[in-house]
Amino acid sequence: MSREKIPQLICPAGSLPALKAAIDNGADAVYLGYKNDTNARNFAGLNFDEKAMREGIRYAQSRGRHVLLAINTFAQPGRDADWQRAVDGAAEMGVDAVILADVGLLDYAARRHPDLRLHLSVQGSATSYEAVNFAQREFGVRRAVLPRVLTLAQVENVITNTSVEIEVFGFGSLCVMNEGRCWLSSYATGESPNTVGACSPAKYVKWEKTPGQMTTRLNGILIDRFDDNEAAGYPTLCKGRFEVGGETYYALEEPTSLNVLEILPDIARIGVAAIKIEGRQRSPTYVAQVTKNMRAALDALAREEGQYRVEAAWQSELSKVSEGSQVTLGAYSRPWR
Amino acid sequence: MGKKISIPKFQLPAIIARIGGKLPQWPHTMTLIAGLNATVKMKLLPVESLSVLEGRSFFVEVLDTGGKAHFTCRDGLFRPLFSPAQTPDLAFRANLSAFMQLLARQEDPDTLFFNRELSIEGDTELGLYVKNMLDAVEWPQLPKLPGFSH
Repeated sequence: MSREKIPQLICPAGSLPALKAAIDNGADAVYLGYKNDTNARNFAGLNFDEKAMREGIRYAQSRGRHVLLAINTFAQPGRDADWQRAVDGAAEMGVDAVILADVGLLDYAARRHPDLRLHLSVQGSATSYEAVNFAQREFGVRRAVLPRVLTLAQVENVITNTSVEIEVFGFGSLCVMNEGRCWLSSYATGESPNTVGACSPAKYVKWEKTPGQMTTRLNGILIDRFDDNEAAGYPTLCKGRFEVGGETYYALEEPTSLNVLEILPDIARIGVAAIKIEGRQRSPTYVAQVTKNMRAALDALAREEGQYRVEAAWQSELSKVSEGSQVTLGAYSRPWR
Repeated sequence: MGKKISIPKFQLPAIIARIGGKLPQWPHTMTLIAGLNATVKMKLLPVESLSVLEGRSFFVEVLDTGGKAHFTCRDGLFRPLFSPAQTPDLAFRANLSAFMQLLARQEDPDTLFFNRELSIEGDTELGLYVKNMLDAVEWPQLPKLPGFSH
């Protein structure tokens, strides 16, 4: 397969060492956020202040890679200016694109900074080519990140019917995947990614260890209990075990990670422009491990037309860092359709 | 290229923890605190991060050595707590190999948490803050010694 058809590899960076780990291990671009609620990973101590961001941009761009700045939460009432300032700062610092979800902010960015490249965030929740083409027509959006709810055939249908570049998720923790439309966190805590930039914020999470067991509570609500030898997941409502019809189980979703290595040739064939790795909240170690293995897979795809095979070493390394220590193709594969 | 030393996952025999738990805890507490304060003095930890830790009580337990360290952060420096409160604000517990893998940036803390090799109790937000603060540290490059090159 020719090099230009290989999707770009977009990697997460929650800190400067993570950014450097992504670049050093073969990311084509990194995505990052400010240390505030203008991005959907607004976690204590995570993300970039201005000094770190300037250094990160210099590090990536001097090596011919790109920096994408996520400003992908929704401007809160009376605070529009905070989000507008975030976009102005991105333009001034010279990032390669901003990733936005809020249509008001997309409109502001398109008018105020006509040369700034705009990506539609997964939080914008565009699942059809009509939605993607609307964002292109109204705001000049150049790329859209699709939520993890579409099958591969549906992704192909979007690509066939738009000239906007399409980015999909390739690896990382899964949630209920209804990105931008999920209110489970708000139901439990009153706060959600769209409003404060975090799902199930840490201040509401309590882990209690008792002999042989660990209990997880979110804002006092019991969401799970683990035996000592059971794998744990993130403390979100969607990954809790609940009693339904007299049975206690993962009623909404099992803790698991998406991994598209098996269908990488199909993803490239249908014309996906970029593959995104989830995990700005993870450490530089995770970023290095995942980037290295995804890069190896994409390079193998570029090198060996029709000969691509998933290597056991890539899979075992990726499985190890996965939430719930298991991986899935998620919505991409729905054999029953 | 320097050869990367890989730390395997291991668990020390239970007898070590039984003996270790009975030994005085101050030597390794002081070692840990000296290491943390060296990081502060090298300005690897940002001042604004330290202010979040100010006055909070921490507990680190190495399960398979029986080693326990109670400490706090006061006036921007880490100090031992010899008569700690019943419940620390934040407690990290893991086996020695997991702590070593974390420090060497060989394993990701979330991975160890998912696999139940690292336990975090207490103020979860403070725990997240400490994790992210340590992740953001740019450790100085170690000099490449001829003995470790190939």
